[in-house]
Amino acid sequence: MHKTYEMVIGLEVHVELKTESKIFCGCSTLFGQEPNTQVCPVCLGLPGSLPVLNEKVVEYAVVAGLATNCEITEVGKQDRKNYFYPDLAKAYQISQYDQPLCERGFIEVEDKDVSKKIGITRIHIEEDAGKLIHNKELGTLIDYNRAGVPLVEIVSEPDLRSANEAKLYLQKLRGILLYTGISDCKMNEGSFRCDVNLSIRKKGDSTLGTRTEMKNLNSFSSIGRAIEHEFTRQIKILETGGNVVQETRRWEQDKNKSVSMRTKEDAHDYRYFPDPDLLPIIIEKAYIKALESGLPELPDAKKHKYMSSYDLSIFDAEQIALDLEVAEFFEKTLSYYEQPKLIANILISEVLKLKSKTDDLIKITSKDFAGLIKLIDSGIINTSISKKVIDLMWTEGLSAEEIVKRESLQLITDEDELISYIKPVLEKHDKIVKDYLGGKQKAIQSLVGQVMRVTQGKADPEKTLQLIDTLVKKI
Amino acid sequence: MKIIDMSLKELRDAFLSGVLTYEAIITEYLQHIKKTDRKIAAYLYVDSEKAIEKAKAIDDRFKRGESVGRLAGIPIAIKDNIVTKDMPTTCGSKMLENYFSPFDATVVKKIDVEDGVILGKLNLDEFAMGSTTENSYYQSTKNPHDLTKVPGGSSGGSAAAVASKQALITLGSDTGGSIRQPASFCGIVGLKPTYGRISRNGLIAFASSLDQIGPMAHSVEDLAYVMNILFGHDGKDTTSADVVVDDYLESLYQDIKGMKIALPSNYLDEGLAKDIKATVLDVVETFKRLGATVDYVTLKSVKHALPAYYIISSAEASSNLARFDGIQYGFRPEGEFSLDELYKEARSQGFGEEVKRRILLGTYALSSGYYDAYYKKAQQVRSMIKSDFDMLFKTYDLVLSPTAPTTAYNIGMKCEDPIEMYLGDIYTVPVNIAGLPALSLNGGFDKEGMPIGVQLIAPSFDEKTLIKAAHALERGLKDA
Repeated sequence: MHKTYEMVIGLEVHVELKTESKIFCGCSTLFGQEPNTQVCPVCLGLPGSLPVLNEKVVEYAVVAGLATNCEITEVGKQDRKNYFYPDLAKAYQISQYDQPLCERGFIEVEDKDVSKKIGITRIHIEEDAGKLIHNKELGTLIDYNRAGVPLVEIVSEPDLRSANEAKLYLQKLRGILLYTGISDCKMNEGSFRCDVNLSIRKKGDSTLGTRTEMKNLNSFSSIGRAIEHEFTRQIKILETGGNVVQETRRWEQDKNKSVSMRTKEDAHDYRYFPDPDLLPIIIEKAYIKALESGLPELPDAKKHKYMSSYDLSIFDAEQIALDLEVAEFFEKTLSYYEQPKLIANILISEVLKLKSKTDDLIKITSKDFAGLIKLIDSGIINTSISKKVIDLMWTEGLSAEEIVKRESLQLITDEDELISYIKPVLEKHDKIVKDYLGGKQKAIQSLVGQVMRVTQGKADPEKTLQLIDTLVKKI
Repeated sequence: MKIIDMSLKELRDAFLSGVLTYEAIITEYLQHIKKTDRKIAAYLYVDSEKAIEKAKAIDDRFKRGESVGRLAGIPIAIKDNIVTKDMPTTCGSKMLENYFSPFDATVVKKIDVEDGVILGKLNLDEFAMGSTTENSYYQSTKNPHDLTKVPGGSSGGSAAAVASKQALITLGSDTGGSIRQPASFCGIVGLKPTYGRISRNGLIAFASSLDQIGPMAHSVEDLAYVMNILFGHDGKDTTSADVVVDDYLESLYQDIKGMKIALPSNYLDEGLAKDIKATVLDVVETFKRLGATVDYVTLKSVKHALPAYYIISSAEASSNLARFDGIQYGFRPEGEFSLDELYKEARSQGFGEEVKRRILLGTYALSSGYYDAYYKKAQQVRSMIKSDFDMLFKTYDLVLSPTAPTTAYNIGMKCEDPIEMYLGDIYTVPVNIAGLPALSLNGGFDKEGMPIGVQLIAPSFDEKTLIKAAHALERGLKDA
């Protein structure tokens, strides 16, 4: 059933900008402070207070637009989005309705070795709301520290066709934003939040189905699961003769399912209108140019550089370029030991795995990593041993040499020593030896495997093979 | 001469020459308030103790030979929709009963810096919505010229306080005529400055794109003195204009010979009381006598001003007043409610009828599907009116008109008919719509002895022409 349908996904990403002060007042944006300690009459929406736009917010939003190939507007406008909720002090959110700062951009994602452009519909600025804290004894409390923290909302075109593409898009977007330094994009602190718009249609259809919007997605994995779940849910509805209802749904992570929040009928009428307290945002061409020239080298530029200069595959280059920390680590390692393909291989297969498992920064210095590469490259250890070495480097902070020495992990290349391991193996497995002698070429691999087992993988595989061959034929 | 009869200049001279202390001045005013306000009901709050304390402190500094600010010696009072740290700010609403703002409005800070003492807070129509001050939750202010009549509104308290000598200078706010109409009804001078002249920071918003704070006084000279202090750019209000502030005292005695004044003839059509028309024509003669020319012109678009005004102001109000929801501060009904019920109860009980009417009107005008027909069209009318005035000001220095179609009417008369009341704004709203400066000053009295105001309108930021003409007219009418 799944195979006859395709999903059509558009993503709305809210990104908190890393400005020091809030969007319309001088309050600090620092995360995790005591509730209601970073507030003033403006962000509390007290009577008589007026918003004054923080220019840094416009700068950061324009940078986000430039980094995602958007057109930047010459005149932006700020609008009020009216609705009642206790975390919204003024009962309206200052956002942008029909004249966003950035429009019509795109980013490229690499799915295996296939490039795909995902359109960016718009990027607009707005203020964050406060936070409700539900307390069993005290009831519902409101923390307004987050009220007025600047956000950009980045809306994608409905160009995504799978959970994996959605994930790749989000990773790429996050990577780009981290490069520009306008946000720290921490999903767990809510500075990178994503809503999923999803509809389904029969493959080959060009019209869009009725979409639902999914909220409360707090991690990449819940986004993936929510997409798969919603895809299946909508298929079930259509297959049983029903219609998908346009609605906002809420993902319940613990229950691994979604529930309806509100349908189109009881959707808010936000009564958008231009905020009369704020003037139009005029963006000069020269200003855009200055910001453009100040942009760092972005992931795609790095990706192409890695492909052309170091002959990396597009997929490998993307993996490394995506994360500024990883890219810098890669380039620094190269400066110590110039073996780009080997570095890229070990970096992607081992270091990235550890990094994503621990959800932390890389815990190895690039110098130590270069040392490890050198050990592999000169045959002192092999790649399978290197996994263990890296694990220990990561946890203990020692250099590769120190670990190889302490754990005596260097390959056994000495012939006499190797023979001392091989002889008992041959005696023990005389049947396999006979098979080999009888013409069963593959049998020798089994013998090498046995030697590897007794040497805990340290035997030099090529030499072991040669020696086994010679010794067996002498028998 | 009694202290309360003295002009601003006379008070300043008496204070600076040591004849009167600030304490004596303030004490005299406070006593007069005590004596008269039971009848007038202009004040919602009087801060006697702090006012005297502050006056004394300034006297002490002055005696020690230290410099004092430009408002030392002047008793001031402000409309209760301008926030103050030391006094409650109610907006004339149950919603904000006993509300204390944690900050002072920019104008309050300016007054404080210049050593002005604020006597108290003045009554208004709830959230500045109304033309009679009867929409106040707390009290209905009376017209000092006739206690059975309204003082006008919404700055009725501010106008009545000046007219009854309970303060020398008051501040009002004007969204569609709320300074000029009560100034007219109470026979005083009231200025609505160019939009952006005076910071709105601390003015509780009714309609942000139209609201302006302005001064009210006995004379053009007193007005000019405080304009010099109140005007100016404020970083806390993005819409405040960074435009040079002239010295308005310098404009007072400038000649108006050759000044070209336009009088829209459609303003003198039906609906205008006979006595008012006569007064306007009197003013025309006075201007001519002073060497100005007055031409009849037509200002076509203004007939659309009233509906456009009620759509824009109500739309903005519906959003500005949404924050009064019973959650963070302000009125909260007794009992246990769901969130939606709490909103409903707080706003149903906390707001008065007129406020609710405008919130509903504004919410409707902004609703999806109606936005283009109402709000967007009203904004188009707005540009039309602006450009009509711009055209007129290519030829003329000023526009002259009545301030209101009637003089002050009896209390209770228009409460039941909002449309009738809205029509009273017909001459004042085009000015707010176009963002222009305008001033109302007394031009005469009707046969019942009630004051008649005339309105002068100038191009944006040209308050100096306004002051020049108004002061000449004020003197000219006295001489006649």
